[in-house]
Amino acid sequence: MEHEDIIKELGKEKLIGFYTKMVKIRSFEERIRFLFLEGKMPGTIHQYIGMEANAVGVCSALQKDDVIASTHRPHGHAIARGLSFNEIMAELYGRTTGCCRGKGGSMHLGNLEKGMLTAIAIVGGNLPIVVGMSLAFKLMKQNRVAVSFFGDGASNEGSFHESLNMAAVLNTPSVFVCENNQYGASTSIKKVMKIENIADRARSYGIEGVIADGMDVIDVYIHAKDAIEKARKGGGPTLLELKTFRFCGHSRRDPGSYIPKEEKESWQRKDPINNFKKLLLNEGLAGEDELDDINNLIEKELDESIIFAQESPEPAPEDTLKDLYATMEVPE
Amino acid sequence: MILSIAEALRKAIYDEMERDDKVFHIGEDIGIEGGFGGAFTVTLGLEKSFRDRIIDTPISEIGIFGAACGAAVMGMRPIVDVQYGDFLFCAMDQVANQIAKLRYMSGGKIKVPVVMRAPVGVTGRGSQHAQNMEPYFLSCPGIKIIAPSTAYDAYGLLKAAVRDDDPVLIFEHKLLYGAKGARKEEGAIDASSEIPDEDYTIPIGKAIVRKEGKDATIISHLLMVHHSLQAAKTLEKEGISCEVIDLRSLWPLDIGLISESVKKTGRLFIVEESPKQGGIGAEVSAQIAETIPDHLISPIVRIAAPNTPAPFSPVMEKFYIPQPERISKEVRKIIEEY
Repeated sequence: MEHEDIIKELGKEKLIGFYTKMVKIRSFEERIRFLFLEGKMPGTIHQYIGMEANAVGVCSALQKDDVIASTHRPHGHAIARGLSFNEIMAELYGRTTGCCRGKGGSMHLGNLEKGMLTAIAIVGGNLPIVVGMSLAFKLMKQNRVAVSFFGDGASNEGSFHESLNMAAVLNTPSVFVCENNQYGASTSIKKVMKIENIADRARSYGIEGVIADGMDVIDVYIHAKDAIEKARKGGGPTLLELKTFRFCGHSRRDPGSYIPKEEKESWQRKDPINNFKKLLLNEGLAGEDELDDINNLIEKELDESIIFAQESPEPAPEDTLKDLYATMEVPE
Repeated sequence: MILSIAEALRKAIYDEMERDDKVFHIGEDIGIEGGFGGAFTVTLGLEKSFRDRIIDTPISEIGIFGAACGAAVMGMRPIVDVQYGDFLFCAMDQVANQIAKLRYMSGGKIKVPVVMRAPVGVTGRGSQHAQNMEPYFLSCPGIKIIAPSTAYDAYGLLKAAVRDDDPVLIFEHKLLYGAKGARKEEGAIDASSEIPDEDYTIPIGKAIVRKEGKDATIISHLLMVHHSLQAAKTLEKEGISCEVIDLRSLWPLDIGLISESVKKTGRLFIVEESPKQGGIGAEVSAQIAETIPDHLISPIVRIAAPNTPAPFSPVMEKFYIPQPERISKEVRKIIEEY
């Protein structure tokens, strides 16, 4: 299908939804970066700026009872999957009202009731778990799909190999979404892999490998939807590689000095939000004012979530001893 | 009926799968037709009754444990067979970082009811197929650890583990399985029991006194329970009365029962088949020394394997494993001195 036809088919409401979710992620990340640098927020953060189209495109293609698993960089996935600013912000502040009651923090965001597993911050750690979640759906004859988000770096882990092979032979309803943002921490992917496309690795497991433009939310959505619906119909797993880039450092105060200026600039020209905004305006699907209103509402919601988080109670120190076992207290 | 540990475990798995269709078993070589039912025959023939829920996998320990973890989170009750406990290390991220911590990281909002079956024991296979790695998991909050030394306990503990809402690691001893035919183990010890025809479980976290005594308390698990009982028998003839406690659960430890016994005997011996460094003996003796030091009339003694990997040569292997003679010698020495 051509892009224009797809735009027509998706319709205004869905496309504005894409825009809103992407701006939510960008605004959230920019705001907390500021809070973090001011020293108002504890811990560490790995940000998703530049990669918004990935999470939004994939999550928009899911059904309500599908499940995603994320990584150490989970803010975008959490927002795209429908976790509220409040529960995310409070978790970043380590408060009892956070989605993990302050026990998870930035790297372990999740809310299974909303279809997102507690994020797994070990590189490659969530892939086998996603095989298991989708195996459970298959055994219980539920028509659900599990999606793993992971980075280019994770595709060099042993768990990637074991998981894709196992998902293939067990024919589980899994989708493996590799967000190839070109760098594993500070290391260029070109330095640690001799192939151009991670999707090519799918062939060695006898499953389909697909590439989509991770800077284009519509392209991500279309390819994700295909893979998800194929899995749902019993067609087995897909490896979906999204070519993308992070406009920020790996974590915290990393300025990303290892990224050549030209490379950075060429990716910034593909900014998924700017370009999508232009498309909405050019196609006459939205006016400047309408989009400004969306942005303003998001800023207001962010203001409120920061107040909510800052005014939420801190856990008691002894809460450390809660929530480990379902059936007993922590032994001394 | 009288069953071996392998048979009792098989019956427990069968009964639990029959009772609850959320229970499934996953591992390497566990349900291959014409195969051997896992390395130690435990799952032999189960695939005939539960073809969809006895799941054979590639040799992929990360994949297997991760799959169990994910399935458990979504409401299933997986049992994992790791073939040899030694291979747990291949899956260590999934066991120690994911299975053990997911509930905690979620703020107690999810459950991870995985059962992990790990055969252990220093048994003629050298360093990588014949070790006791139980202590590694003693420093892994989030996982319960059980270790049955009789078929009766194996049945009751495994059923308790499957029904438990937390992850449970069960260590099974190769010399205690009672596997028959081609899978029979050299030097095996009879651990079979009468298994009543009823649905019973054994609570996790409860030790049991295998033999009462008044002069010394000997704590052990798995094969070492049998060695300790032999030693106690020898010592009894010499007029030394030993109380032998089978831990059954390594975490949580039944420190209450151990303390009661030590208060009575005043002497504590911990016997284990793993290296002494950072072992179960270290944990038990520290807890006793911290809480009831005044009741001790002699130093605590740890009787363990040397601080080396398990060797192959039968001569060295015999030296490596705490033998009944060594246990009785150590007890005798302390009784004579104090």
